[in-house]
Amino acid sequence: MSESSVSVVKVIRCIVCPTGCQIQAISKGSDIVFEGYACERGLEYAKQEFYEPKRILTTTIRVEDGFLPLIPVRTDKPILKDRLREALNEIAKTVVKAPVKMGDILIENILDLDSNLIASRDLVKK
Amino acid sequence: MIYDVIIIGGGVTGCCIARNLSKYDLKIALLEKEADIASGTTKANSGVVHAGFASPREYVKRDVCIKGNKLYTQAFEELNFSFQRIGSFVVALEDNQIKKLEEQRRQGTQDGVPGLEVILDKKKIKYMEPNLTDDVVGVLHAPTAGIVSPYGMTYALAENAAMNGVKFFRNQKVRRIKHQNYTFIIKTKDKEFKATNVINAAGVYGAKISKMVGLDYFDIMPRKGEYILFDRNAMHLNKILFPTPTKVSKGILVCPTVSGNTFVGPNAQNITDKKDLATTEAGLKEILEGGRHLVPNLPVRASIRNFAGLRAVPDTYDFIIDNTDVFGFINVVGILSPGLTSCYAIAERVSEFLELLGANMTIKEDYNPIRPKPEKFKDFSKIELDKKIKEDPAWGRIICRCETIPEKEILNALHSPVGATTVDGIKFRCRPGMGRCQGGFCRPRLIEILSRELNIPYEEVMKTGEETNFLVAKTKEIVLRSLEGGSEE
Amino acid sequence: MKKYKSDVVVIGAGAAGLAAAIEVKKAGLEVLLIERDKELGGITLQCIHNGFGLKEFEEELTGPEYVQRFINQVKELKIPYLLDSMVIEITKEKLVYAVNRNEGLIEIKAKTIILAMGCREKTRGAINIPGFRPAGIYTAGQAQRFVNIEGYLPGNTYVILGSGDIGMIMARRLTWEGCKVKAVVEIQSYVSGLLRNQVQCLEDYDIPLITGFTVTKIHGHERIKGVTISKVSRNFDRIIGSDKFIECDTLLLSVGLIPENELTLEAGAEISQNGGPLVDENLETTIDGIFACGNVLQVHDLVDMVTAEAKRAGKNAIEYLDTRYGKELKKQKTFKCISGENVGYVKPDVINKEDIAKDIHFTFRVKYPARRVLIQFKDENNNVIYSRKKIYVIPSEMIELNLNLEEANVNPKSKSITIEVIPRPEVLIEED
Repeated sequence: MSESSVSVVKVIRCIVCPTGCQIQAISKGSDIVFEGYACERGLEYAKQEFYEPKRILTTTIRVEDGFLPLIPVRTDKPILKDRLREALNEIAKTVVKAPVKMGDILIENILDLDSNLIASRDLVKK
Repeated sequence: MIYDVIIIGGGVTGCCIARNLSKYDLKIALLEKEADIASGTTKANSGVVHAGFASPREYVKRDVCIKGNKLYTQAFEELNFSFQRIGSFVVALEDNQIKKLEEQRRQGTQDGVPGLEVILDKKKIKYMEPNLTDDVVGVLHAPTAGIVSPYGMTYALAENAAMNGVKFFRNQKVRRIKHQNYTFIIKTKDKEFKATNVINAAGVYGAKISKMVGLDYFDIMPRKGEYILFDRNAMHLNKILFPTPTKVSKGILVCPTVSGNTFVGPNAQNITDKKDLATTEAGLKEILEGGRHLVPNLPVRASIRNFAGLRAVPDTYDFIIDNTDVFGFINVVGILSPGLTSCYAIAERVSEFLELLGANMTIKEDYNPIRPKPEKFKDFSKIELDKKIKEDPAWGRIICRCETIPEKEILNALHSPVGATTVDGIKFRCRPGMGRCQGGFCRPRLIEILSRELNIPYEEVMKTGEETNFLVAKTKEIVLRSLEGGSEE
Repeated sequence: MKKYKSDVVVIGAGAAGLAAAIEVKKAGLEVLLIERDKELGGITLQCIHNGFGLKEFEEELTGPEYVQRFINQVKELKIPYLLDSMVIEITKEKLVYAVNRNEGLIEIKAKTIILAMGCREKTRGAINIPGFRPAGIYTAGQAQRFVNIEGYLPGNTYVILGSGDIGMIMARRLTWEGCKVKAVVEIQSYVSGLLRNQVQCLEDYDIPLITGFTVTKIHGHERIKGVTISKVSRNFDRIIGSDKFIECDTLLLSVGLIPENELTLEAGAEISQNGGPLVDENLETTIDGIFACGNVLQVHDLVDMVTAEAKRAGKNAIEYLDTRYGKELKKQKTFKCISGENVGYVKPDVINKEDIAKDIHFTFRVKYPARRVLIQFKDENNNVIYSRKKIYVIPSEMIELNLNLEEANVNPKSKSITIEVIPRPEVLIEED
């Protein structure tokens, strides 16, 4: 690859504010540079999205003997976007027992992603 | 078991015949192809009880309509359905239409339609119906015309018939009819019925049933009519408003319903598919435009639902009420408008035919013509209400906010004779989901009640009949299935 | 008949009702919460995604977490509440009638009432989609309740009509539950929900977003079998020849929310053009001592905004009890707030001239998106009393601002104040 080759590798739509900048990740030689952001937060966001996109996962887990059949849950830290489906499969297989308190860890360190799955609310027994 | 009479079709005509025959000492069954009675034309029509002056004089439908209108008074007292004689206007918008109104008034009066009057005083017209267009030049007022809940009346008829011994079989689409040794053998998907006499009240499928016994002397074509329904508070009409009629139809009317809504419709499209209940963009436009000729300020933004109904149009254009050449087989078909008005008179005619056919027309000693008025939360005073809830807590759990329907009314709709088995069955019997939110709040609660009372899983609770389930799986089930199938994404 | 009395009755125990009740109780007054569902929390309970609480708690929470914090406070403060209880009538005299299974009919004599009944979703009828009426048509919120609370999936393959936030969030939610979302179809040329949701709920999962199209026909006799979508003109008329068929067994509608004001209407309060009650700067309706807050008043973008408004309603109810309760009503002179160019509605609807020296909290929405605009307040004589630039406005983003009319030099004799959102003059010059 020659020194002068420049190409847009990815376009990232910034969601930091409603302006919605289109930030380009551009490969310049062996470097990646970012263009089109209007603020530092935008640049940070674009870097994160480019190198290691992560998301908070919010879903439900089945509950035995609960006032409701499901309890809403979330990861306490964002997890790798590429592993969301795997995490969801793991969660689908899980059943917890009522009662549950908000903040209770329902799956510890899910898929070793350095994040716990925690309950989003209290749920009493049936 | 051989029934004396089997009625095919659980619309208003079939149910009215069943109820009328239930006073005699006869073994009677009614077969309905859908999951519920009142599922065809009966469910989606204008709900107008006509005065009877509109049909041509040579037609039998004019005669049964005028008689049928009068019979509503007694039926209403006995069956306790919603019915109001609010009167109708045929509206003339041009001077040359007045002649037509005068002629209808003269002929109608001669044929026994009471109270007909042509009104030309615009002030008086507008006083009687303030929403009417300023372009009105005159109206034909028919005070005996009224509005009714067509399905509400049909449920009442069926309940009373069942109370008096008529057996109702739903989900029974007739596949074949054999006629041997003066007995009809009727085959459905999973049952066989035998009867001495058969009454064909199969609506748009009337010709198909008739052909099963070799009677091929008419055809029935479906004609679609579309409607738009407006919210209860959006407009209050005093009168049923018809345009001056054309040859095809009585035209697009603007009309109140017994529940206090207003609707506009129907148009008239001849179609071939008997399941085509789709509303169309062009059709909805057409009826709004048509309606605006009569009521310029239609509350379009307050529309809560659009729907279509089919009318069974016979190639003779008149009702076919025949004691046919096949001994014991009676055709009651091609009952388009004013069929709803005519049903009580039609039912009397059918009784006369059965007498001729030698059926035992002795009136039963224990015949009870009264169908008690369904109890309604809204009809109770505050003190009564408190007492009712103490007696039965189901009165105190409101399921439908828009219409204020408690669980008790839903349980009554489920457990009445010929009760509901589907969400729409409940909706049409006691109105949850008919209001402005159209089921947003009550639907999960209705599914819960149906699941509990019918002892079926949530996924088997149906909207109208087979394959109309609301829910397909429990949350997580689809993911778990894909994991088992190894088709992991 | 059971009879209660309370200084304040709050109708609805969702985000708005909970916050209002807490505000009142903290001031040492009696308050009673009435909720129609079987638990406290309202619709926020089914919004299990994150994005809540950034304003109120300065941390990002899910809907249930957000509302649980308020429920916990209600319990700590021992605020009494009725569950599974439907209010069936409110009178001008501030008698509230409710029913439930255990107590029968209940009459509550309130000194003041706070309406917090929330909103409901527009349905198919409200937008008149032609076609059959098969099973499988839901509003997005209804589907959300089934999936997240009741524990059932309404279908396997979906088309979502409307790019509101609930619709987009449901697209992701259903994808996560193993369902297939074929498309999100939006009649406008722009997305109506937040950009964040467009990116994280649709683009992350390659769910097509089709703008400028709408559903023009529903197919299927029993269960829905598919929809026809068509391109629309500027006036939203179908463009002939643009039809496309999409197979699906479920159609979700995310086509807007309307304040739920049946009770308000029946009580005799006036309703204004946005569907919520007409209120003054104290959030008081046209009935003395009846206040409104949250989505029953106006549909908000964020639950945090609902909470803030509910707290204000609570404070105003307290002030009413301190200063005006039981006293003779006096007719006040008011400014009427008028929606000018590109303004859909404004709250408050009227401002009492007595409060001219107070900071007034205005909320309003534009009718259509625009860039580089000027927000202007004018009095009756067209004098500009306030103006502010804004880079971008869109109907889905409520505009909030505080204004002191006295400091803005409003003519006290003016009968009205007009709010408009107009293109900035320099932009016009640029275009020349």
